Amino acid sequence: MSALLEIENLSKRFGGLQAVGSLSFTVVEREILGLIGPNGAGKSTVFNLINGVFAPDGGRIRFRGADITGEPPHRVARCGLARSHQIVQPFIGMSVLENCTVGACFGRGNLPLARARETARETAAMVGLGDRLETPASQLTIAGKKRLELARALSAQPALLLLDEVLAGLNPTEVDHMIGIIRAIRERGTAILIIEHLMQAIMSLSDRIVVLNSGRKLTEGAPAEVARDAQVIEAYLGDPELAKTLKGRKK
Amino acid sequence: MILRRPFFWIIGIAMLAFAAAPLGKNVELRESLVLAAVYIILASNLNMMLGYAGYVNFGSIVFFGLGGYFCLFLMSARDWPLIPAILAGGIAVSFLAFLFGIGILRLRGVYFALATIGVNEAVMAFVNNFEPWGGATGIYLSTGIFQQLGGPASALWIVYYLLVATMGLSLYLSYFVKRSKFGLGLLAIGQNEDAAAVLGVPTPRYKALIYSASAFLPAVAGGLYFFKGAFIQPPDAFDLQLSTEAIVITMLGGQGTILGPALGAFLYEELRGWLLTSATFSSFQLVIAGALLLVIVLFAPGGLMGLLHRRWPNLKRFLE
Repeated sequence: MSALLEIENLSKRFGGLQAVGSLSFTVVEREILGLIGPNGAGKSTVFNLINGVFAPDGGRIRFRGADITGEPPHRVARCGLARSHQIVQPFIGMSVLENCTVGACFGRGNLPLARARETARETAAMVGLGDRLETPASQLTIAGKKRLELARALSAQPALLLLDEVLAGLNPTEVDHMIGIIRAIRERGTAILIIEHLMQAIMSLSDRIVVLNSGRKLTEGAPAEVARDAQVIEAYLGDPELAKTLKGRKK
Repeated sequence: MILRRPFFWIIGIAMLAFAAAPLGKNVELRESLVLAAVYIILASNLNMMLGYAGYVNFGSIVFFGLGGYFCLFLMSARDWPLIPAILAGGIAVSFLAFLFGIGILRLRGVYFALATIGVNEAVMAFVNNFEPWGGATGIYLSTGIFQQLGGPASALWIVYYLLVATMGLSLYLSYFVKRSKFGLGLLAIGQNEDAAAVLGVPTPRYKALIYSASAFLPAVAGGLYFFKGAFIQPPDAFDLQLSTEAIVITMLGGQGTILGPALGAFLYEELRGWLLTSATFSSFQLVIAGALLLVIVLFAPGGLMGLLHRRWPNLKRFLE
């Protein structure tokens, strides 16, 4: 398994707040890596640093062997790295098909318009929007917009997909459906880096998990190991005593 | 393939109508159509910035004025014939717009709009003090200049047909840009620039390109328009009022559509003509334009085309 995305000593400071500090981790090909941590741990900032929305203060980001540190978002996208936003950002005046066509046109494939439309149709169908191609994005439900966000990123035919809380705000049926889609994406050979607060979901989806707290890596490992880690429980529940009690109870 | 789109023929018919209407030496009608054509050129090029990329350009008239200056300067001081002079003017202004664009397209929203006014005012101040272009007195062409086109009467007809052709080219350009990958990227920028960049749209390059492309035909039109009057000076060339009217026209017709700005320009020109000649309203033309803009923004953000499309959705296939 070769490394797809390598992050080394990544740092970002916002005024007095160290949002991300000396963070290092690697995503390998065809893997689903979960990124978890309490609110404000710096997860979304890590995404913004990777895809170039923010320039890091220090550290290196290498993607498919090339250094992409500090590159603007559109260049990073062209390299084959796509993302979905935590707060969905559809082009509300465009149809579902047009939204996905933008992704296909300007993503890794850099496709001409006609072929981009075909790819867009396929990805829209893959996330279950195949019968809504002409619907304006503004008329979709929240679940529909989340799927659109995913389809649009996927239309770029990325090598790595960054998913920022795609399950938030969905009901249990929709969550199950979305998990199925995410698995199907991985089956096609796309690696996924996913931020998620829904623990059950991320534990079952991820091959490995990286835990962030206050911008630093707390631990890293298989889902089961991470879930037993006292530090992790403490970070989430905020009380070492409670952490010990819980651990004792499990035994 | 393009020949099968009804739209292609609609533009052609509009051009023919413009060309044929004043035949039989109806000079008065021709002069009113000159103005309508200029409005259509300004509005449909502005529309590529405003309607496609979502950037409000308040100073689009600077392209028109600079085009006029380049053309008249080359003709009077360098003895260039008309056609090379207007083309050179168009190319020079496009290039300048690209440079301005790289500078001011980092700004967004209100700040960009203010910067475009700043560009217009700065260029006007520069030209006012630029001796080779006649400073505040401007450039006059000698009456002999029309001889190259067979005398004044025939020159005015030739300029009119060139303006109609420029108008047609503006509409075709709007059409091809909108139907291209470039246009899709621009529309994405207009909807949500950050999301577009994340999806890979090269936003800085696309914005600078469309700013530059939307300068070319207005500059050509400026060359033709001021050649026709044989005279140019800064307040006429860089008249912000025309810029504002171009925005009203674009909004009135329907920003982002291809025919909207043309429809808006035609109606606005008719309305303006009526207001200017009516005894009661003659000094209220801009007040009415302002009120019109307010009503459109509040009640019909899609303009006339938006209303038509909502009433008859099938129309979208023919009137884009």
